[in-house]
Amino acid sequence: MLNRRFFVASGVLGLGAAVFPGVGWAAPGTNKKFVFIIQRGAADGLAALAPTGDPDFLRARGEQAEEAAAGTKLDSMFALHPAMTESAKLFVLKQASFAHALASGYRERSHFDAQNILESGADRPYGREDGWLGRLLTLLPQDDAKGLAVAPAVPLAMRGPVSANSYAPSRLPDVDPDLMTRLTGLYAEDAQLSALWDGAQATESMAGAPADQTLKGGAALGQMTAGLMQGPNGARVVMLETNGWDTHFQQKGRLNGALGQLDALIGSLRDGLGAEWTNTLVMVATEFGRTVAFNGTGGTDHGTASAAMLFGGVLTNGGRIKSDWPGLKPSQLYEGRDLKPTMRFELFASEAVAQHYGLDPVKTRAKLFPDFA
Amino acid sequence: MTIETAIAMNRFGLGARPSGTAPDSPKDWLKSQLGQYNPEPAALAGQPSRADIAASFREYQLDRKDRRAAVKSAASPRMEDETPQIDPAKIEKVVNSLRAQYVAAADARMESAITTDTDFAERLVHFWSNHFAVSVDKLPVLALAGDHEFTAIRPHIMGKFSDLLFAAATHPAMLLYLDQAQSIGPNSALAVRVAARRNRELGLNENLAREILELHTLGVRTVYNQDDVTEFARALTGFTVGGMAKGPLQRFLAANGKDGDSQFFPGIHEPGERKVIGRRYSQQGEAQARAIFSDIATHPATARHIATKLAQHFAADVPSPSLVARLEKTFLESGGDLPKLYRTLIESPEMWLPKQAKFKSPWDWAVSSLRALNVRELPNNRQSANIMAQMGQPIWRPGSPAGYSDTTENWAGGAALMRRVEIASQLAKRSANRVDARQLAPRILSGQIGKLTTESIARAESPSQGLALLLLSPEFLRR
Repeated sequence: MLNRRFFVASGVLGLGAAVFPGVGWAAPGTNKKFVFIIQRGAADGLAALAPTGDPDFLRARGEQAEEAAAGTKLDSMFALHPAMTESAKLFVLKQASFAHALASGYRERSHFDAQNILESGADRPYGREDGWLGRLLTLLPQDDAKGLAVAPAVPLAMRGPVSANSYAPSRLPDVDPDLMTRLTGLYAEDAQLSALWDGAQATESMAGAPADQTLKGGAALGQMTAGLMQGPNGARVVMLETNGWDTHFQQKGRLNGALGQLDALIGSLRDGLGAEWTNTLVMVATEFGRTVAFNGTGGTDHGTASAAMLFGGVLTNGGRIKSDWPGLKPSQLYEGRDLKPTMRFELFASEAVAQHYGLDPVKTRAKLFPDFA
Repeated sequence: MTIETAIAMNRFGLGARPSGTAPDSPKDWLKSQLGQYNPEPAALAGQPSRADIAASFREYQLDRKDRRAAVKSAASPRMEDETPQIDPAKIEKVVNSLRAQYVAAADARMESAITTDTDFAERLVHFWSNHFAVSVDKLPVLALAGDHEFTAIRPHIMGKFSDLLFAAATHPAMLLYLDQAQSIGPNSALAVRVAARRNRELGLNENLAREILELHTLGVRTVYNQDDVTEFARALTGFTVGGMAKGPLQRFLAANGKDGDSQFFPGIHEPGERKVIGRRYSQQGEAQARAIFSDIATHPATARHIATKLAQHFAADVPSPSLVARLEKTFLESGGDLPKLYRTLIESPEMWLPKQAKFKSPWDWAVSSLRALNVRELPNNRQSANIMAQMGQPIWRPGSPAGYSDTTENWAGGAALMRRVEIASQLAKRSANRVDARQLAPRILSGQIGKLTTESIARAESPSQGLALLLLSPEFLRR
């Protein structure tokens, strides 16, 4: 059930004024690009976007709170983690907006169930076999609906009736073109394999990536992804996966690395996309947050609300943080341990993509998150 | 050879070999493997001991400590010649040695899979190793992951589930992977002492407790809640690893511990009675966690969870409820007797349907390809670890304690298929002068191969292309 306290993100994230096409969904291509970066493993929103203006933050986090104060102060309440320097620059340019104390409808603490819900957009684990990005593709003009996941296979979020491709760079030698042709024949009677094979060949020929390319580091991933999005046949809706967020132990150093890599990924997407950055929206989200207090091993355990981020040249009026801050006093925490969610991911995501593509927000939400009441 | 033989070899086993003789009764052949299975095959001889692995790791830790000291001293005004020397080359050398141990263990795993005659049992090793997954993206696990499979999983897959569970969950690789090695009872003797002396709190880490309940035993959304997780985490305090912990715990263990081995230290165990899923546990020390392990290992929710996973691995992504119910019943009636579970699987009609419902994982596909071609080496002398990483299923590196997914959509991807095409081409080129795809195809896919594949192989422009088409055929990509 939708609690009235949950904010609707509408108009406050800095996307340009929404334009709703009056008739139907079919429209000419818009050149709009969308990148969804999933943080698998439950990223700590309190470290990425630290509520340094909340006096209870220092009490709850101690040493880490002091470190957070060394980050970029975004407003009277929040500071961005010191490792996120490119993101801080984008915020100043009004090309970044953040949302805090946000969560999907999931209230347990299993990574796997929570990621399933974050991707499927369903109201319960394993409630749907397609994902909200996959359903987004059905709302877009054909030219904009070119989906690509940088992964060996398409993750749940991008599965759906519009077939998306997957791409992962390889260091293996190239294959004889005649064998490729014959495989098309061999798979002719097999619907699953022929669809996979057609997509694989198309993406491979587009990538033109050097054979030795690897995905070590956020900067390399961003550069390669930007390459896959170039030109008229480039991918328009892209999903990237990041990990290293499950910081049960010695969180400080590990998050420093993971947030630094994420920041480098954002920066290299911006650089790699060049002029196309002005048509691009990037969304970063995780399955749930982490405990407010540190555990006994310098880390944090599975929690509830976290932060989500938007980046892109399409944000003409960004530099905003959307949060109905729930507070960090023990009595204000969810189940006495976690940041309490006051905003739903489903609203945040559907509002953002609806505005980005100029779609009707209500219809978009109904399509992307049909179980969301 | 009949289609039943092909099903026994390809769906239950790791893939038919042309050299193998077709068994008279596929079911008897599978059952005989349960007795003939060797937990310590020759391919796995010569792996390093836990103490050796721990010694390499400790060298790394000491170096890091030196490095920190060096950074500290560099920040404070001192004479130049007093600055301790740091040697990044030495650190790299230690990490490389840990990695070399991992690569050797992964190669041994592959060799065992390719050469074994009891490949149904070997598939079960892989199944359980993935069920109790550790992941080498965490450095302390890197060199220990092989030992986890070889010494905690392999010896117990033909016994009781409870023994397998205890061995897998308390192996040093698991204790380190899921942070149990550092978890300390907040009211334990050590925590009280440290708090008094240094005003520093030591405490719980609930990671392992949660994943045991969610992934290894009861299953998510079943009978436990957050309180059960925390209570179980308190009961588990005490289990740690000698010589590989950090901070005050390491100094405490240095005097007591056996390097690289799991042990239970009462000094870090949270005292008191625990309550988990409605039962009270008033035991002291290790006996408390053992009692909880024993109860959850035979819980009906665990029976259901294991039955479902086993059916999903062997039969279909969405297994028939009748098959799951039959396995569940066997589990409950036998108290988790694993060979009885495997026999029920062999006798289940759902397992013998002609439809190839399972899309092979990259590991399955690579192993079955090498078995079909009767080769033991990978193309260009590549290591198993390297090839499997290229294919998207690096050995012992699922990146999550849930292990690798067992369903089609996670493996049937465009990029994943392209990797198989690349690797099949390489494998085929090397074997084409001694293997004829036209003869091999009916031998390994008897009754499963379709007309289009047979024709495509027959029309191939070269022996090598014919072999590649066989390995990439829909019938060989599935089982």
